[in-house]
Amino acid sequence: MAAPTLEVRNLRTHFFTRAGVVRAVDDVSFTVERGKVLGLVGESGSGKTVTGFSVIGLVDPPGRIVGGQILFQGRDLAKATEAEMRDLRGNRIAMIFQDPMMTLNPVLRIDTQMIETVLAHKKVSHEQARQRARDTLGMVGIPSPDERLKSYPHQFSGGMRQRVAIAIALLHEPDLIVADEPTTALDVTIQGQILAEVQKLAQTTGTSLIWITHDLSVVAGLADDIAVMYAGRVVEHGAVSDVLDRPLHPYTAGLIGSVPSRNKRGEPLRQIPGMTPSLLSLPPGCAFRSRCPRAAEACLAEPEINEILPGREVRCFRPLTETAEQAA
Amino acid sequence: MSAAMTAPPIRAIDAGAPMMELRGISRRFEKKLDLAGRIAKRLGAPVKEEVVHAVDGVDLTVRKGEVVGLVGESGCGKSTLGRMVAGILPPSDGTILRNGMDIRSLDAAAAREMKLRTQMIFQDPYASLNPRMRVADIVGEAPLVHGIVSRAGYDAYVDEQMRRAGLDPAFKRRYPHQFSGGQRQRIGIARALAVKPDFIVCDEAVAALDVSIQAQILNLFIKLRTELDLTYLFISHDLGVVEHISDRVVIMYLGRVVEEAPSETVFARPNHPYTKSLLDAVPRIESRKRAFSVVKGEIPSPLNPPQGCHFHPRCPHAMERCRVERPVLKEVAPGQRSACHLNDAA
Repeated sequence: MAAPTLEVRNLRTHFFTRAGVVRAVDDVSFTVERGKVLGLVGESGSGKTVTGFSVIGLVDPPGRIVGGQILFQGRDLAKATEAEMRDLRGNRIAMIFQDPMMTLNPVLRIDTQMIETVLAHKKVSHEQARQRARDTLGMVGIPSPDERLKSYPHQFSGGMRQRVAIAIALLHEPDLIVADEPTTALDVTIQGQILAEVQKLAQTTGTSLIWITHDLSVVAGLADDIAVMYAGRVVEHGAVSDVLDRPLHPYTAGLIGSVPSRNKRGEPLRQIPGMTPSLLSLPPGCAFRSRCPRAAEACLAEPEINEILPGREVRCFRPLTETAEQAA
Repeated sequence: MSAAMTAPPIRAIDAGAPMMELRGISRRFEKKLDLAGRIAKRLGAPVKEEVVHAVDGVDLTVRKGEVVGLVGESGCGKSTLGRMVAGILPPSDGTILRNGMDIRSLDAAAAREMKLRTQMIFQDPYASLNPRMRVADIVGEAPLVHGIVSRAGYDAYVDEQMRRAGLDPAFKRRYPHQFSGGQRQRIGIARALAVKPDFIVCDEAVAALDVSIQAQILNLFIKLRTELDLTYLFISHDLGVVEHISDRVVIMYLGRVVEEAPSETVFARPNHPYTKSLLDAVPRIESRKRAFSVVKGEIPSPLNPPQGCHFHPRCPHAMERCRVERPVLKEVAPGQRSACHLNDAA
């Protein structure tokens, strides 16, 4: 088997604020194979976006990568210089953000923005760059791309704008795309269209994807692997069908249980009590302890992430390994 | 409240009397021409005022004790409809009957009384609370003004309202920014319930919340429904949430109702092609690595909606008739109504 596209090892990204050190990403490890989709799932403040930003080198002060390795095709991005990152970003690694209105420049036409991106990394003529931009727009399903190239971002609808953002990410046929909640702001039918396009791309071009989302249902249909984050750490990691059908970590089980379609209509949902703790004042031991139905004396110590079943990693002292307990 | 009322049936499709009846409700938003436009029009240029038909001839009945889910994508008019039901936006056409009475026909005091009984819970728990008011005032101001509670009983009343919404009354001197999103939504709920309404309009009330917090707030809605005998109009774009909480579901597309049916019918046997494609597009946690089904095209602009059936440019079954004639909402099965010409062909 070929080397994975991306291998993140013990990544730590901390924010040094006046109120104290926020350990937004604390010991996160995962790999993404070529042409595969990793779903990075978590609630707000779990560190999933900061993980994505660390991979693409967009962590701004007061944040800093303080430890770990980000091996992209064998090269450690955590140690790369800004010039090296510039060379990779938009070229071999691309990012799609949540809000396409914020990522597209409102005062430049689409063609200006796309051609600029092409010329930044390739020595081609202006005309060839335009050609490439047009083809890519067509590829993501924008009708009459020739005319649309001359439009400004505000002339597109939300779904179309997100397609433009995806097209820009695809201009250089990157090996890895980090997508941060790209369909959260879209309507369901438009989300379905975008997901279909992305799935087709991963299969045909061999591009790997990190799909950051809070929506387990999106990941269920799209991803190969899933990493669940809680309070800056990966608490469970494995193949999608394993994790969603037989969750090992109580937090994963709680998240799945609180999805309305998994519950009987009209009856109370199985809820996780309490709320996500502040990263500034994490209690010692397991961060999920205070909300966990299985918490015990052992959970006062810091849990490590371990492969307790083949291909299944979990950070828990009391995982849901017995099938009888999971049936609930 | 009698003892028999303490445990209302979970599903009461035909049980209650109509609490809210909308008849031919429409709402238009017009953009007036500017000076240049008016001069051009005087000179005979073909300029027209822009009119958005946000809601276009909607009939809807909500019975006592029911939870009606109102579903649609952005721009379909579901929020505009909700605001008209809540009485904070007057309709352009049509009548709204509350317990069989038209509020506009009542005298001022009775109308105020009636309006107070419908309350609204908003989507954004950050924008819908006054940041300069303490929680106690946010919750307690309206009941005090409307004479529901006296000065003497004020503190105890506010405590009770907060406790019922799952908030610790010890926090009542705090400001909204000191709370998390889920807690703020609880403040919004406590504020709405403090004036003793019997009808609640929830406009995307859980859309801004994390999954685990969303479940907590939905559970609170379910609990309050039985405790206080409430009727809900539950507006959401999230079909999973609507399926869970609603007895009956109404689906809107570009200002019109396209289908209306009991919850289990909509999800088991959808009739309208739009409903079907909407259900297909919803990602489900049970699905695995599958091809996402795709509805063609985008939602047309409500400024310039297609003729005939609004859905025909995206509909896989569109025929000639759909391009010219507006389909009416007709009963296709007991309790299920759908606006589609295909039902006539069969």
